[in-house]
Amino acid sequence: MFDKTKQWKAVKLTFVLGALITAACLIAADHIDAPGVTSGNGGSVGSDITDLYAFANGDNMVFVINTQGLLSPSATTAASFDEEVMLEINIDNSSTKDQIEDLVIQATFENGKVQVYGPVAPVTMGVNSTRVSGSPAVEAGITTGNNPIIGDANGIKVFAGPRDDPFFFDLGRYLDILGGTQSGFRNPGVDAFAGTNVMALVIEVPKSRLGSGDINIWATSNRKL
Amino acid sequence: MKYSMLSLLFVSFLAFTACDKDDDQPVVRYEQEDQMGRPAINTVFVPSGSAKDAFNTTTPAAMGAAYTTVFRDRLLALNAGYTTNLLTLDATTFASVLATDVLSVSLTKPTTFYDGTNVLTGRTLADDVIDVELILIFGGPTGGSNPGLTSDNVSANDRPFLSSFPYLAAPHS
Repeated sequence: MFDKTKQWKAVKLTFVLGALITAACLIAADHIDAPGVTSGNGGSVGSDITDLYAFANGDNMVFVINTQGLLSPSATTAASFDEEVMLEINIDNSSTKDQIEDLVIQATFENGKVQVYGPVAPVTMGVNSTRVSGSPAVEAGITTGNNPIIGDANGIKVFAGPRDDPFFFDLGRYLDILGGTQSGFRNPGVDAFAGTNVMALVIEVPKSRLGSGDINIWATSNRKL
Repeated sequence: MKYSMLSLLFVSFLAFTACDKDDDQPVVRYEQEDQMGRPAINTVFVPSGSAKDAFNTTTPAAMGAAYTTVFRDRLLALNAGYTTNLLTLDATTFASVLATDVLSVSLTKPTTFYDGTNVLTGRTLADDVIDVELILIFGGPTGGSNPGLTSDNVSANDRPFLSSFPYLAAPHS
């Protein structure tokens, strides 16, 4: 009992220290994670990635990149994809896993449409990206309401538009714990992301286009130079 | 004469840089602003302010060397009693795994962030990634330490997901 109390005090103390160090650190999946992609009023801009998902559907792989988190229903009506921003899924399918992209899937947003390029070897690697040449593999109108517009061509599907944020987390209680005013989570917890939307990009690709075995992926948002 | 030669050179330089070699499509270049692999990595482990922007524009190949120490210090600040976790990773090893912020995806195994057997074969919409990360940070070698901190007791989304494309639930309106 004594050890437990002592240990708990240590945990609590480090929480307070941690809170001081991180000050306004917001933990979410990746929502509002950086000043560079957060606007002055606390909202995020078109290049703020909130979440990345990758899951199998039979012989296909589904990629989801969500952006612009914590959109209220009214803010969602006014939200749009930034035409200056390209979203990219980077894929390392090398046997050594050198964390360098061997394939990219690129999505651009122009004239009310989403265009998907790839999966294809990148023109440039690293923090600068070049849109691959040629025509898009698939494109679709950007959805504005509840009924999804789906593009389907060359074995690839795409959707871009507002959806419910699939992320769930008792962010408020976590911040209280970090701040030292609470010692643990509540039960039941309160999902801080309930009732909020994101601007979502969903792309479904045949696994055979991605490599074999295990791959490593990461999402990036990139602003036109 | 000299001037027109120079301007000719300049024009051809522009033409060269503005056009792809294979066709006449303009080359469109971009600069990275945000990056994400696993959920909550940058938000939890990178200090506030400009450091977060720097992490977002570091390539995954360079992250391990640049951030393992930062992540280990943060891990020990969150949980001073950290020894190992359910994956038997000590602080430095766990930090080095986390610091390279990429999502491992299996093209052959069932997708899960962590289901007790498979570890990081991707991430489904329903995976309770926060509980997994809380258990790995606070749960100790058995997952049973600090029980008040290893689950946020929110285990599902507020809306059911769709069984077909685009899978995400309709927006709230």
